[in-house]
Amino acid sequence: MDIFGRLTIESLPFYSAIAASGAAVTVLGALSVAAVITYFGAWRLVVFQWLSSVDHKKIGIMYIMLALVMLVRGFVDAAMMRSQQAIALNSDGYLPPGHFDQIFSSHGTIMIFFMAMPFLSGLINLIMPQQIGSRDVAFPFMNAVSLWLSTAGAALVLISLVIGKFSTAGWTGYPPYSGLEFTPGVGVDYWIWAVLISGFGSTMTGINFLVTIIKCRAPGMTMFRMPLFTWTVFITSVLIIFAFPALTVACAMLALDRTLGMHFFTNGMGGNMMNYINLFWLWGHPEVYILILPAFGVFSEVVAVFSQKRLFGYISLVLATMAIGLLSFTVWLHHFFTMGSSARVNSFFGTMTTIIAVPTGVKVFDWLLTMYRGRIVFKPPLLFTIGFLVTFVIGGLSGVLLALPPIDYLMHNTTFLIAHFHNMIIPGVLFGYLAGYMFWFPKAFGFKLNEKWGTRAFWCWIVGFYVAFMPLYVLGLLGMPRRMEHYEIAAWQPHLIVAAFGAFIILLGMICLGVQLWVSIRDRKEALDLTGDPWNGRSLEWATSSPAAPYNFAVLPKVECRDAWWDMKQRGVAYQRPEKYEDIVMPKNTFAGAVIGAAGFAFGFAMIWWIWWLALLSLAVIGAAIIVRASNDDDEFVMPASEVKAIEDARFAQLAKAPKNAMEGEPGFAGQPAPEPAA
Amino acid sequence: MSSAATMSVSTRDTERYEEKDFGFWLYLMSDAVIFACLFATYLVMVGNAAGGPVPKDVFSLNRAAAETALLLLSSTTFGIAAVSLWAGDRSKVLLWLAITFLLGAGFIALEFSEFSGMIAKGAGPDRSGFLSAFFTLVGTHGLHVSVGLVWILVMIGQVFAKGLTAPVASRLMRLGLFWHFLDIIWVVIFSVVYLPGLL
Ligand code: HEM
Ligand SMILES: [Cu+2]
Repeated sequence: MDIFGRLTIESLPFYSAIAASGAAVTVLGALSVAAVITYFGAWRLVVFQWLSSVDHKKIGIMYIMLALVMLVRGFVDAAMMRSQQAIALNSDGYLPPGHFDQIFSSHGTIMIFFMAMPFLSGLINLIMPQQIGSRDVAFPFMNAVSLWLSTAGAALVLISLVIGKFSTAGWTGYPPYSGLEFTPGVGVDYWIWAVLISGFGSTMTGINFLVTIIKCRAPGMTMFRMPLFTWTVFITSVLIIFAFPALTVACAMLALDRTLGMHFFTNGMGGNMMNYINLFWLWGHPEVYILILPAFGVFSEVVAVFSQKRLFGYISLVLATMAIGLLSFTVWLHHFFTMGSSARVNSFFGTMTTIIAVPTGVKVFDWLLTMYRGRIVFKPPLLFTIGFLVTFVIGGLSGVLLALPPIDYLMHNTTFLIAHFHNMIIPGVLFGYLAGYMFWFPKAFGFKLNEKWGTRAFWCWIVGFYVAFMPLYVLGLLGMPRRMEHYEIAAWQPHLIVAAFGAFIILLGMICLGVQLWVSIRDRKEALDLTGDPWNGRSLEWATSSPAAPYNFAVLPKVECRDAWWDMKQRGVAYQRPEKYEDIVMPKNTFAGAVIGAAGFAFGFAMIWWIWWLALLSLAVIGAAIIVRASNDDDEFVMPASEVKAIEDARFAQLAKAPKNAMEGEPGFAGQPAPEPAA
Repeated sequence: MSSAATMSVSTRDTERYEEKDFGFWLYLMSDAVIFACLFATYLVMVGNAAGGPVPKDVFSLNRAAAETALLLLSSTTFGIAAVSLWAGDRSKVLLWLAITFLLGAGFIALEFSEFSGMIAKGAGPDRSGFLSAFFTLVGTHGLHVSVGLVWILVMIGQVFAKGLTAPVASRLMRLGLFWHFLDIIWVVIFSVVYLPGLL
């Protein structure tokens, strides 16, 4: 059976009912997607309009679909852990230890790498080029490669549920436990290759966004006229480019240890496991800012638009973002104060960690002052923003506590830490992305999301969050370590039961999100966005139609100040019809991106299962795809002016039908100039 | 297509090449961080011989010097290819690319013999932390050089088939960046790995 490496029939999950049902759900999920596509007869559309697309808006939408699917999967894991811990006093509960360990590992891995990262790339792809008045990202094809490599990584995590097992080493994969000696089998390898392959995609995404922002801005869009979301993307891209290599190196070395018997992180033979931990967090801390800065960007846009007021302290927000970006490389050791550094080193990193709270505090005040005396419209994106502001401050305070090494010695690896980082990452990152999702959904699809269900989702999420995670602070103070499969201390159980109830409320929030999507699609005719500017917006993404034309802007906008679109509406030059249209050069669709993604998946699978011929074959396919693509000088086409004119004429016809200003009916509407549809 | 449109398309092309060059620089920065992590790891682990061979036992100054000479020379020959590219001399470009390829291949051959000799002597990457770090650092560089060799072949093919067109010239310039970058990395390897190990 050599040709299958270490893959045998025993790798299928028939050893346990729970594992088998997880596998069944995964397989059925995949089949039902295929069935739905077949039912709508949409294979052609999916394959030729989406799989091969290099349009940043479609790529953005696909990223977000991936993120939402993975959010569901990550939440199922969380719910299983919460219910296990609620009942596992003096008993094994329903999950055996090995299985529980897989679940916290996959939950963390999925949420960080395959929910948050794709969500972030998706929102940025969808919006950033439009915000800077560009027709696309700098490298549309590379963008597709990034998407499909991320998808390949996610597919590896998903398939680990069906073939073999996932890692039990947590989302951090610390050696020596994650080494071959203590964890043989394929679990850690699934983790490594999923992370490595998607990591390559993320690095390319970072390069792509940075070049786009620096090179592709519309005339007049100087750096200090860029919307704040774009600014945060700029800093996040820099962080991606400089931080992800450390993760790549750490994971590659772990893979070498496990596959070729090297001794980077082994217990003996000259291994040095602290080196892994340093490399991992050298990426890991910047990573939390990679995730949260764009969310800060979303909040900045949302808070200004729904306060109908210019963003307060634009410059200070930009500078704070830069400061956070810089400082984020100077704090990584706070993740392992307890692992043997001297008091002096610990105090340095403790101090830096406290300092990084300062620019974040600046931002909070800027957002508050933007709302101050604003005419606030309480739409779901703003609700998420307010929920974030209140909740995030609590998480920040517990973070400043943990930054003090003596306190961290007490709290390290307790559920206090779990409470702290969920307290940052759910309101900070997830609420930010959900706010962005509801804010920009009309831009992607041309109709608004249902606001009633959005509001319900918000209330379930925020209440559920508090009920699920505040008890974890208490449990941490009671000394409960993280990652516990069962326990003997009766005093913990009531808190864990409350936390499980909180997870149930979050489940209702998830359901509300699903219902919202369903109801909105069903009733889309009633919530059409005909102007492309449903919220009376301020930045250039609202100047395009909803959904935007393939080229975004028929004529590149001329920017004269910050809040460019708002300014154009003020000056009465919004919605102007140009005298004539020009040909537009566009990138051609290509399957090379999807092929590279598929081969990347096959390569990862082969490396996990030691199927060497398949590894070589898939590498060869990737190499061939790159060479063929790189030798092709005919990767663009010209969309003739007549076609552009046809699209734009339809848009202006639609504008003429639109109500004057979509926000006119809102309380507090400040009488901004209404879009003047041309005849 | 009107002449105005042609104009705007071709300035667009130069912009495109600038974007690609800039993106490639960023990739090189990112790759430099990878090497920085590998260097740091090597320095942390160079003393972890685990009772096995130490640097003095396995490195050869002669071979390292020969490898250095080959790679430095290949950077020079690539430079000549670039000069010929500006002169628009297609056959010279082909010639100097081919010479660069041969020099690079010679480097890889030497490195291959070094690695296989060490493995045969029981000083393979699974012997100790030091050797793991050594093989991974130098091997990663070697892997880059090998990719560069394939790239040179592809570009020879493109120059042959397409001539010195603007896209081909732009790719050659990026290949040059890559090749010189690998040279710099090698100089650091030579001074951080081989020299201190032997002196
Ligand atoms: C949706 C609600 C969520 C719930 C109910 C939840 C619950 C949990 C639970 C119970 C654990 C295990 C705690 C322990 O080890 O004792 C955990 C760990 C973790 N969660 Fe969440 N979580 C949620 C959302 C998220 C999100 C949005 C992220 C990141 C974007 C995230 C990232 C993590 C990470 C990184 C770990 C650590 C995994 C490990 O120990 O290796 N979680 N979560
Ligand atoms: Cu940190």
